[in-house]
Amino acid sequence: MNQEKLQDLQDKARIVRIETLKSIGHLGVGHVGGAMSIVEVLTYLYYAEMHIDPKAPRMPERDRLVLSKGHAGPTLYSILALKGFFPMEWLLTLNQGGTKLPSHCDRNLTPGIDMTTGSLGQGLSAAIGIALATRLDKRGNHVYAIIGDGESQEGQVWEAAMSAAMFKVGNLIAFTDYNKMQIDGMTKDIMDIDALESKWLSFGWHVQRINGHDMQAIEDAVTRAKTVTDRPSMIVLDTIKGKGCTCAENLVGSHNMPISAEQLEEALTALGAEASAKGGN
Amino acid sequence: MAKDMRDVYAQTLVDLAENDDRICVLEADLMNATGTKVFKQRFPERMFDVGVAEANMVGVASGLSAEGKIPFAASFGTFASRRTFDQFFLSANYAQLNVKLVGTDPGITAQFNGGTHMPFEDIGMMRLVPNLVIIEPSDLVSCEALIRAAAAHQGSMYIRMHRKGSNTIYDENEQFELGKGKVLVDGTDVTLIAAGFVMVPEALKAAEILKKEGISAAVIDMHTIKPLDNELVLAYAKKTGAIVTCENHQVTGGLGGAVAELLTAEYPALLGRIGAQDMFGQVGTQDYLIKAYEMTAEDIAQKAMATISKK
Ligand SMILES: Cc1ncc(C[n+]2csc(CCOP(=O)(O)OP(=O)(O)O)c2C)c(N)n1
Ligand SMILES: [Mg+2]
Repeated sequence: MNQEKLQDLQDKARIVRIETLKSIGHLGVGHVGGAMSIVEVLTYLYYAEMHIDPKAPRMPERDRLVLSKGHAGPTLYSILALKGFFPMEWLLTLNQGGTKLPSHCDRNLTPGIDMTTGSLGQGLSAAIGIALATRLDKRGNHVYAIIGDGESQEGQVWEAAMSAAMFKVGNLIAFTDYNKMQIDGMTKDIMDIDALESKWLSFGWHVQRINGHDMQAIEDAVTRAKTVTDRPSMIVLDTIKGKGCTCAENLVGSHNMPISAEQLEEALTALGAEASAKGGN
Repeated sequence: MAKDMRDVYAQTLVDLAENDDRICVLEADLMNATGTKVFKQRFPERMFDVGVAEANMVGVASGLSAEGKIPFAASFGTFASRRTFDQFFLSANYAQLNVKLVGTDPGITAQFNGGTHMPFEDIGMMRLVPNLVIIEPSDLVSCEALIRAAAAHQGSMYIRMHRKGSNTIYDENEQFELGKGKVLVDGTDVTLIAAGFVMVPEALKAAEILKKEGISAAVIDMHTIKPLDNELVLAYAKKTGAIVTCENHQVTGGLGGAVAELLTAEYPALLGRIGAQDMFGQVGTQDYLIKAYEMTAEDIAQKAMATISKK
């Protein structure tokens, strides 16, 4: 991508971080770590890749995304709000009684959410079903899925891995948010999932591994994945949990953390929040 | 001293393990939530954190039990029940082994984790497992006593455990027996049968409200939901003629369901049921949710009056 597009996407990612932190910070607690680690991939997909229309959130020919690590919903909510799927004010209702933005993604409550998730391990299977239906209906759209590295310890993920290859769902592009951390510690210390690339390869997938915070690398990987049509694609994202949030970056404790007004202020300042407050779209 | 219930759970397991090398603890990436890090520190070789893999956890626990160990395996109540049901049913229970499955964050206490994490059905599912013993402690004292009773009980159990926060209902030396409910307040007009950390205190408050209305309400802490204390329920059905069950769960399948089944078969009496009315969970504060699901002391008092009025 050219310098201008790169700059623009990086700036969008910065704004997404700001809005996500504001929404979690307003409540005072939330899944900061896993929300921050997928900011780049979601920003890239929604701003530069996916065929979507905020005015028609359920249009049949749209690209779909299943956020299987549903606890990172707030990042997706920020993007959907910024893109106009619903009013920005909704972001400040996160997790409050009666909200349309619950901690975990809910396809019935939130415009733009394609699948309900929150019980880890289930989203990839659903994404396969969506991809199969897409094929049956002879639509050309793509289906994206994002799973966590801790989530990858669920057996269902590997049942899904097998069936996606068997059914040759070439329109499915999945990402693993390999931030190396889960709730109880580092994944390598709790239940090592390493050799992820060879695992997915041996399950019959097309596999790439990239820096998950590098927009250019994400674009290149998605472009390449789209040329592979006889197999599902896995893009392993090397990421940093809590990335870009001063009080959370690279901390296991960032998984579901309280965030004080001072911490929020500090994080927003570091992200240059003032400057962006106006030109948020 | 403000301990959380989870600290009592974890510390009791450590205490038990000091004198019983069969005690093991299993977690599925929620050790930090369940509070069992203290167990890992004291007995690292007897703690198995399988990662985010609940079904595997219960399978491994079953194997440990087959060799005579006493495994306590925990997750959020939703995942402990729904994601492991077949493993727990078959490998643990049908095989007649001794697995203590712990489901935390019952009902509305899942709060900000929302509908995906809000178990309103776990007791109902578990009640269908033959011979399974199901408990739900209401305070820290009963929590410790019942965890000790669970370790001593030969056979699998489902332990529905509140995680954060503390309250005191019982004297430190109170004795508990599995399957024997506790009469906390005696009464003659209506009996409030409650279970758990949220609902037993609400029922006690409801009895106070009713007292001001001139209604004498008995309150029972039904810490063991299965086997139900039939004798006690029937005695109070006869004594008060009206019962209101109070649970942080669907009104079907759980405590309310168990009491309804018993009354219908043995001694038909008026029954009202407080709890989720065939609804999914949702996100919000506990304050918001207890009102949304009409489970407050006021709701209980209202239900009690409505039930009595049918006499
Ligand atoms: C089936 C299931 N078990 C447990 C949980 C509780 N839980 C929520 S997030 C999480 C850790 C997930 O780790 P990872 O997938 O690495 O997420 P990330 O680091 O991206 O936040 C756990 C155990 C859950 N949501 N679903
Ligand atoms: Mg992770």
